[in-house]
Amino acid sequence: MARADADGSRSGKHLHGAALKRQHAREQWSVLSLVVPALIVIVLIILIPLSWLFYLSFLGDNGGFSLENYHKMTQYKSYYRIFVTTFQVSILTTLACIALGYPLAFFLAQLPPRWAGVFMLAVLLPFWTSLLVRTYAWLVLLQKRGILNEFAMQVGLWETPIKLVHNMTGTLIGMAHIMLPFLILPLYNAMRKIDKDMMHAAANLGANPINAFWRVYFPLSLPGMVAGSLIVFVLCLGFYVTPAVLGGGRVIMVSNQITAILENQFDWGAASALGVVLLVATTFTLYLAARVFKFDAALFGRD
Amino acid sequence: MDRRARAVPGECTGIDSRLKLSFAVTDAPQGTTALPIEIRDLTKRYGSVYALNSVDLDVHSGEFLTLLGPSGSGKTTLLMAIAGFNRPDSGSIRFGEDEVILTPPHKREVGMVFQSYALFPHMNVADNIGFPLKLRGITGSERATRVEEALETVQLSGFGARNIDQLSGGQRQRVALARAFVFGPRILLMDEPLSALDKKLRERMQIELKHLHRKLGVTTVYVTHDQREALTMSDRIAVINDGELIQLDTPEVIYNSPANAFVADFIGESTMLPLKRDDAGALFFRGQKVGDAGADEGKDWTLVVRPERLFFAGAGAETDDQTIVLKGVLREAVFQGESEMALVAIDDGTEVAVRFGTSGRASPAASITGDQVSIGLDRNDVIIIPGEQAA
Repeated sequence: MARADADGSRSGKHLHGAALKRQHAREQWSVLSLVVPALIVIVLIILIPLSWLFYLSFLGDNGGFSLENYHKMTQYKSYYRIFVTTFQVSILTTLACIALGYPLAFFLAQLPPRWAGVFMLAVLLPFWTSLLVRTYAWLVLLQKRGILNEFAMQVGLWETPIKLVHNMTGTLIGMAHIMLPFLILPLYNAMRKIDKDMMHAAANLGANPINAFWRVYFPLSLPGMVAGSLIVFVLCLGFYVTPAVLGGGRVIMVSNQITAILENQFDWGAASALGVVLLVATTFTLYLAARVFKFDAALFGRD
Repeated sequence: MDRRARAVPGECTGIDSRLKLSFAVTDAPQGTTALPIEIRDLTKRYGSVYALNSVDLDVHSGEFLTLLGPSGSGKTTLLMAIAGFNRPDSGSIRFGEDEVILTPPHKREVGMVFQSYALFPHMNVADNIGFPLKLRGITGSERATRVEEALETVQLSGFGARNIDQLSGGQRQRVALARAFVFGPRILLMDEPLSALDKKLRERMQIELKHLHRKLGVTTVYVTHDQREALTMSDRIAVINDGELIQLDTPEVIYNSPANAFVADFIGESTMLPLKRDDAGALFFRGQKVGDAGADEGKDWTLVVRPERLFFAGAGAETDDQTIVLKGVLREAVFQGESEMALVAIDDGTEVAVRFGTSGRASPAASITGDQVSIGLDRNDVIIIPGEQAA
C-alpha cells in the first residue's frame, strides 16, 4: 500500500502521502531513541540482577531446582516475625508521617506561596542531607546520655534516662523523620490544587469550619495523601539503614535479615528468596493500592 | 442596540436540546420572603489601596441588583463582604433588621453562585445540591424531594446521579444555581456566573436567570464586568469604580443619563465631544447650541453621542429645533452583521462612530469612503455630562 502511494500521486488524493508517512515514522523513531540509554540501564542493573536473584532463590544445595529456600521460611518462626516487624514498622511509620505531615502540609497550603516556599525549605533541607548523617544524628539525640535525655532530666521531666533508641521507638522516630518529605510533597501539591472557592462554597452553604474540612477539604486532599502514604509505605518495606542503626539489633526488618544471612552464612539462595518474597509482597501491596486508588481517582475526579 | 436586545429575548435559540428557553414553572414569586440589604460606610483597604471606599448601598427586597465595574473596581470585594468571605475594615451590613458584619459566612444564610461554580467534585449532582440540606438536618425523602424539585427548576430532572465531570459548562452552571437556592435563602449572590459560558449560551442563561429570579422572588446581587449583561438582567445597576459607588439606577437611566464620563464610557458605546460654555450658560459644539449648563460655571461639559442614536441626514440637512447636524467625511464603514459601523471625521478630524441597521433603508448606500456626509442627532437624544471626557 505504501509502495502504491509512493508512485501513486497521480490521483492527487495521495499527493506525497508515502513521504509524509515516512517522515512521521522517522520522527517517532527519533523520539523513541531517547529512551534507549534508560532501557539499557534498566536491563543491565534491574532486569538481569533480578532474574539472577530469582534463579538463585530456586537453587537447592545440590545445585538443582528446589523450593527449599522458601520452605525454610515457613519452617522457622523467626522469618514470620521478621515479616511482621517489617509491616509493623512500615505501617506505624506511615501513620506517624500522616499524623505529623497532614497538619504541616495543611499549614503550608494556607500560606502565601512565597512563605510556603520558605517553610518548605525546612522540610526539604534535611531531605537533601545524607541519610546516614541524619540517622546518626538521631542516635546522638536519643541515646542514653544523649541530648534529649540530658535535657529532660535537667528540666526534671524524668529522673533516670529513658530508653529511646536501639529499639522500636528509636527506629520509628528516625524512619518517620526520614520519610516525612515523601508524604508532604504530594500532599501539599494536592492541597494547593484545592480551589479556595470550594471552602467558600462549603461555608456559604452552611458548613461550619469543622464540617467544611471533613466533608469537603479532607476528601479533596485524599488522593494526595494516598499517593504520599503509598510512597512512604513502600519505601519503608525495603528500608535498611535506619532500623540497622537505631534498632540496635532489636528491630529486624527483611533487608536487615538479608544482610545478616549474606554476612554470616553466605547463603545466597536464602537471601534471594527473602528478597523475592519482599518484592512480591511490595508489588501486591502496590497492586491493591492501585486498585483502590483508581477507584478514588474516579470518585474524586482528580484534576 | 441594547434596548432592542432587552425587548427581544427570543433571539437566542437552541444549542443544547435538553435546555429549553425558560424555566418551566409559573412566574408568581413564591418561597420565603426576600430580605433587603443595607450597606453603610463599608470600607476595605488592601495596603494603601481602597478596594471599597465608604460604600453606601441599599438593595431593595426582592430586586435584581447588578454590581457593574471593570476588574479591580471593588465589585467582587463588595460581594465577598456581603457573603462574609472577607473582613471589611469598617462599616455595616444589614440583612433586613439584622446586622451581619460580624456573622461568619456559614451563618449568613445567603445562597451564592461562584464564578468557578465551586461544585464539589467528590459528590454527584444530587449530593452537591443536597449538601446545604444535609447540613440543616434535612434527611431522607424530604431531602430527595427538594433536590429533585430544584433540579426540575433548573431543567435538569434526572441528572441527580451524574458526576460533576460528566456535565457540560451550562449544566454545571445550573447545578451551582440549584445548590444556591435549594435551602431557601432570602438573599442570592452571583459572582460573574456566566463568564465561563460561550456567547450564545450566556445570552440564554441571562434570560433564564432573570426568569428564575422572578419565580423565586429572592433579593439578588449579581456581579459582572459585562455592561450588556447588566443592562439585560438588572432591575437596577450599581456602577462601581475604584472602590466607590458611581451611579445607582435603572438600566434605562444609567444608559440614557450617565452620571459622568466614566459611566458614559463604560456602558454602551459612545463618542465624547467637548463643549464650550458661553457667558449665559448655553453649551455649544462647534458653534451649534446643544444644551444649557445653567448657572453652574465651574465645570467642563461633554456631549456624549451613542453611535446608534446618530443617523445619516440628507445632503442638504441643517441644524434646526429638532435635529443637530454635523458635517464630515466618511472615513470607514464596517459591516458587522446585524448592523454597520461608520466612522465619520467631523471638521477638525474628531472621529464620530455611527451605527446603522443593515435593512437597506438605513444604509447610506451612496456614500463611499472619502465622501462628504451629514450626520444627524435628535435633540431628545442629547446626553450632556459634566467633566472632561474620559481618557
